[in-house]
Amino acid sequence: MDNKILFKPGHTACAGCAQSLAARLVIEAAGSNTIIANNTGCLEVFSTKFPDSAWNVPWIHSLFENCAAVASGIEAALIYLGKKDATNVIAQAGDGGTADIGLQALSGMLERGHDILYICYDNEAYMNTGVQRSGLTPFYTNTTTSPISARFPGNLRPKKPMPEIANAHGIPYVATASAGFPQDIQRKVKKALSIKGPKYMQIHVPCPLGWRHESGQTLAVAKLAVETGLYPLIEYENGKLSGARKFAQLKPVEEYLKAQGRFKHLLGDPESIKQIQAIADNNILKYNLKAEAQKSD
Amino acid sequence: MKEFLEGSRAIAEVVKLCKPGVISAYPITPQTHIVEELASMVANGELSAQFVNVESEHSAASVVLGAQATGVRTFTATSSQGLFYMMEVLFNIAGMRLPLVLTCANRAISAPINIWNDQQDSISLRDSGWIQLYAENIQESADLHLIAYRLSEDKSIMLPTMVCMDGFILTHGMEAVDMPKQEEVDKFLPPYKPLYKLDTAEPLSMGLLADPDYYMETRFAIQETFKSLLKAIPQVNAEFKGVFGRDYGDGLVEEYYTKDAQKVIVAMGSVCGTIKEVVDAQRAKGKKVGLLKVISYRPFPYARVYDILKDVPRVAVLDKAVSLGAYAPLAVEVKAAFSGKQKAPRVVSSFVAGLGGRDITLESIKEIFLKLTQKEASLEFIDLKPELLTEEYGQ
Ligand SMILES: Cc1ncc(C[n+]2csc(CCOP(=O)(O)OP(=O)(O)O)c2C)c(N)n1
Ligand SMILES: [Mg+2]
Repeated sequence: MDNKILFKPGHTACAGCAQSLAARLVIEAAGSNTIIANNTGCLEVFSTKFPDSAWNVPWIHSLFENCAAVASGIEAALIYLGKKDATNVIAQAGDGGTADIGLQALSGMLERGHDILYICYDNEAYMNTGVQRSGLTPFYTNTTTSPISARFPGNLRPKKPMPEIANAHGIPYVATASAGFPQDIQRKVKKALSIKGPKYMQIHVPCPLGWRHESGQTLAVAKLAVETGLYPLIEYENGKLSGARKFAQLKPVEEYLKAQGRFKHLLGDPESIKQIQAIADNNILKYNLKAEAQKSD
Repeated sequence: MKEFLEGSRAIAEVVKLCKPGVISAYPITPQTHIVEELASMVANGELSAQFVNVESEHSAASVVLGAQATGVRTFTATSSQGLFYMMEVLFNIAGMRLPLVLTCANRAISAPINIWNDQQDSISLRDSGWIQLYAENIQESADLHLIAYRLSEDKSIMLPTMVCMDGFILTHGMEAVDMPKQEEVDKFLPPYKPLYKLDTAEPLSMGLLADPDYYMETRFAIQETFKSLLKAIPQVNAEFKGVFGRDYGDGLVEEYYTKDAQKVIVAMGSVCGTIKEVVDAQRAKGKKVGLLKVISYRPFPYARVYDILKDVPRVAVLDKAVSLGAYAPLAVEVKAAFSGKQKAPRVVSSFVAGLGGRDITLESIKEIFLKLTQKEASLEFIDLKPELLTEEYGQ
């Protein structure tokens, strides 16, 4: 790891922001020979308010939906200059900038085979504009554009399966990670950067403001999402599921839900909780998240 | 040496001579031939550039933005809907002061969908912070690309340039073109040396958030640069003549029999060729008519237009675009050139012609001269078919 601080403190992120934590872990793992293209969103806003910048690596922000294409141009320029082998290129964005408005540019980047690591910081809503739902907002979440009412229990759609969508492009590496597991983030970033070609990583990053939990609970909430099976930590290599973090005992989803205001409306409603438990159970089966009885993680 | 070339081929050849390191584009008629030619030059090794085939114009513009920010000369081309799809990125490129060059093969805008020529696409991008140069013929289209790179990359300018050439008429037309030699181009256009770039040796953040304390000055600075371009463009045009032996007026406008003219048409692009033909014929009959060709629409050369037209009694402005609900875009600027001034033409009439590829014939131009009477014409559409405006067609 470099001695230089690559993501400096003093930026304006909220207390308990997991995206700022994850972004620091990512760039520290990637090292100083890295160029970043960043979409519009909380991370961009809180890290680069003129005349300050938290970034000690070359960093560029253009628009909300084009970091994958800007990064493609950076990579093409580095190839032309003969500098690509010495330089990592990272494109990074929020969940809205990735799964919704930026999906086309991301798909193009993955399909064209650029040597770029794409990172989606998934805080499960458009946070920068005030907690509106995105394609990665979970089932039954209360957001400002999927509000609860007598007729609606919040967001009516499950999360878009972005890791699988990325994987379907036939790229060499796809991984999910969580702010609750910092070493795992860094291991995956290093692994991704050791592989040539397009890589996709999606990191679960709690947002105390949008999820409505205490700012001191960020890591605990992040861990619970993984430990319940709602946010499985998985890896695909060359199209095949090659890793999943397993647990001897998976926790009931209610433990995760009750820690956050965005799910508060579900607590007296066993039927809704059952439906969310079914999503976790499906993940547990699909990714084989249950460890053998003797070993635990 | 003159070669008989298709317009798109000439542009591809001249872009090749400018040695861009990264090219990115997305197909749209009538831009396609330009990028197809470049793709094959890259494929057969004639041009050592990275050619990035993207999934949309938004990404084409974003790719060249990223590459230019990394310190490499770039190129892209588009038309019409493609230009509009790029719009957000184009403002961004200018705001980031990235000196890239784009060819706009001018085409009408939907709806109704129409692939033929007018200038509504680039005109609609007039406020984007891009220098806009309009070409009359294929030779000028090619030459303006050289001028564009030189201007844009000037350290005191650092703004992108859009070279506008009429779709089909110039992109698909054939002409004997005096193709520049590589040594000449190298003399005129030095290798690209970025003022700042994304470089791990010297980390730098680009595209920061500017709050109300800082934003206005970024716009003011671009506006000031546009003022300085009114001097820079004639200088570069003169240097161009020094190397290549030809020039285009003063680079901002070209005068054609304006000195003693009683009637002058102001226009942009390929229609200027048609107007010159009519002017020649009428001059042969002793009629004092002329043309003022506007090459640089952004910056708009108000002072030059004023000086040239202030003593001309009757001026007609021919627009190949509209600003629906207001005066036509070129007419607005020409009229503004006389605002608050001592002198002005008695009449500045405004005509719209050639929308969606309708032919602007010699007859159309003669009609404009005829209609240039004491009575000012305001937004008069030439060659309109009134029968199509009846209820039967309107429904
Ligand atoms: C084309 C466009 N549409 C909308 C916006 C407004 N906008 C800016 S950031 C943002 C939300 C970002 O959400 P996400 O990508 O999830 O990142 P987060 O802020 O949550 O980290 C939106 C909607 C924009 N800047 N550009
Ligand atoms: Mg978000």
